[in-house]
Amino acid sequence: MTRFITSSFSHLILLIGILIMLVPVWMIFASSTHTSSMINMNGLQMFLGDSFYENYLRVLLYQGGFFKEITALKMFFNSFIMATGVAILSVVTSLMAAYALVYYRIKYATLLFWIIFITILVPLELRIFPTYSVMAELNLVNSYFGLIVPISASAIATLFFRQFYKTVPDELLESAKLDGANTWRFFVDFLIPLSKTMIVAMLIFMFVFGYNQYLWPLLVTTSEQYWTVVMGLKMMSGSIVHRFAFVMMSMVPPILIIIVLQKYFIKGVFQDK
Amino acid sequence: MSFLDLKNVTKIYPNGTKAVHETSLSVDEGEFMVFVGPSGCGKSTLLRMVAGLEDITEGDINLDGKLINEVDPSERDVAMVFQNYALYPHMNVYNNLAYGLKNRGIDKETIEQKVNDAAKLLQISDYLQRKPSMLSGGQRQRVAMGRAIVRNPKIFLFDEPLSNLDAKLRIQMRLEIKKLQQKVGVTSIFVTHDQVEAMTLADRLAVINNGIIEQLGTPIEIYDNPKSLFVAGFIGSPQMNFLDGNIKNKTLSAEGFEIKDIDSDFEGEVKLGIRPEHLSQSENSLINLKVDLVEQLGSDNLVYGQLKDKKDFCYRCPGNLTIEKGADLSLNIENNKYYIFDKSTGKRVN
Ligand SMILES: Nc1ncnc2c1ncn2[C@@H]1O[C@H](COP(=O)(O)OP(=O)(O)OP(=O)(O)O)[C@@H](O)[C@H]1O
Ligand SMILES: [Mg+2]
Repeated sequence: MTRFITSSFSHLILLIGILIMLVPVWMIFASSTHTSSMINMNGLQMFLGDSFYENYLRVLLYQGGFFKEITALKMFFNSFIMATGVAILSVVTSLMAAYALVYYRIKYATLLFWIIFITILVPLELRIFPTYSVMAELNLVNSYFGLIVPISASAIATLFFRQFYKTVPDELLESAKLDGANTWRFFVDFLIPLSKTMIVAMLIFMFVFGYNQYLWPLLVTTSEQYWTVVMGLKMMSGSIVHRFAFVMMSMVPPILIIIVLQKYFIKGVFQDK
Repeated sequence: MSFLDLKNVTKIYPNGTKAVHETSLSVDEGEFMVFVGPSGCGKSTLLRMVAGLEDITEGDINLDGKLINEVDPSERDVAMVFQNYALYPHMNVYNNLAYGLKNRGIDKETIEQKVNDAAKLLQISDYLQRKPSMLSGGQRQRVAMGRAIVRNPKIFLFDEPLSNLDAKLRIQMRLEIKKLQQKVGVTSIFVTHDQVEAMTLADRLAVINNGIIEQLGTPIEIYDNPKSLFVAGFIGSPQMNFLDGNIKNKTLSAEGFEIKDIDSDFEGEVKLGIRPEHLSQSENSLINLKVDLVEQLGSDNLVYGQLKDKKDFCYRCPGNLTIEKGADLSLNIENNKYYIFDKSTGKRVN
């Protein structure tokens, strides 16, 4: 009986938490399905209206920006490219950096690692001018490459992979060596499959990180063609319901990624147990 | 030159530890060599140098007529079974066995055949699709063996592969390893600190202490004829009894008794070694033992007690003799089977 009470109590707390998080989102969604004049007169709505298709389609296809050159659809495309690029590139580079740090006989590997790690203390905002001028010199302003590369070296991911590799027993490497595996094969046949779970987790993390970038894309793109969703949130002009619709849609890709990859993520976790 | 030839091999670790001192050793083709010694004596280091997993500080290693000092482990064609098996956790048993073959570019059908043959030999055919985490300790052990066998390497290296198994399984696997090695006929080196394992498996035995091979020979040679105090104490179970003594004019005097006309010209302080199984009860006794404890093993009794000078002593007698705690036994050494060692150097002197 007491167990029932405590468990319903903790469920109640969790439910309240969920409500606190979900209600504002729901209100924005519900409001985004009404007409502008309705919202302007009656404030935010708790129930669905009947302008869903009209509002969302208009936002997706409307030519926005100062020069009316970009649609929300294109922004989603840009953001997707950028986030995917950042996720893949940062996971690949940190996998390889961690591999070198742990398995190669580098004299000051630990020191090197900490130097890499310290870069966490130097966020993009702090190095934004030098980074920009490098990109400008390389003629990479207004390109996907310029959007992706400067934020794709992740010390955090390197840290995670390094710590994981350190827990891989040495005998595994030795055994693989005796079985004729060279450095590359050990990386591909052993470390990557063994860190599958962590790779997926890092992909999610870095995707969301890339998707949420605001300042860097703002600086490195002058052409509206390269606007991303998060930039669009600020730049999109239009009526209140259209903005709401845009906000709702901007949440979809990260959620989708998490839902899709979480399946593998959990599978990986349980398989290894 | 024999099949595997170690010449003045020395290993000094980067931190300055000298793990192996100028060791020379030859292993013949098809021979089962066992390295035995206490923990930290350098057995694993020596084995790992043969495998190529440790650099050789000095000396040469030749395998099958070829100097392999600088040859990469992946090119040496040796197989090793590790203490914790080091199975590939993300691959099923089949792929664990097949991995080494794949890396050698062997075609699929041949691999399948070889893996199936090895699996049959080791009775693991039923588990080929399982991951190592779904196997028992004994089955993992077999998979580790299978991974070595399937490649048909020049030499098998075993680093204490049985120490993670329970006592019964150990004895069973010990037998199987020996049988398997005889069947396959591959030259093998087996590292262990268990002297029973060493005695039962070895064609020849290298007793290692502090990075030096103290004695090399067949198990019986070493048991019958230990050349040093260390070897005498290490080989044989229960351990050899050691008593302090002194030799003058071919007469050895120990606490409470004397042995005349010994076969040695040595004079001075010695250690007298007597194996528990080389004693028997008799009238004209040499040694008087006051019994503290009797361990009945069925076939044998191990009798522990003290001599006059309170020194611990062990006597092994047939299991059908009943010996009471507190009894006084008079013991004699059978057939003059005793060993005398120079107390200062530990060298055998008789
Ligand atoms: N990587 C290393 N760096 C420095 N010293 C080492 C290293 N590996 C082993 N040693 C030292 O070398 C000596 C021999 O070690 P080794 O592992 O060969 O012993 P072992 O005979 O295999 O012992 P065990 O039966 O406990 O496995 C030990 O004193 C050990 O401390
Ligand atoms: Mg060892």
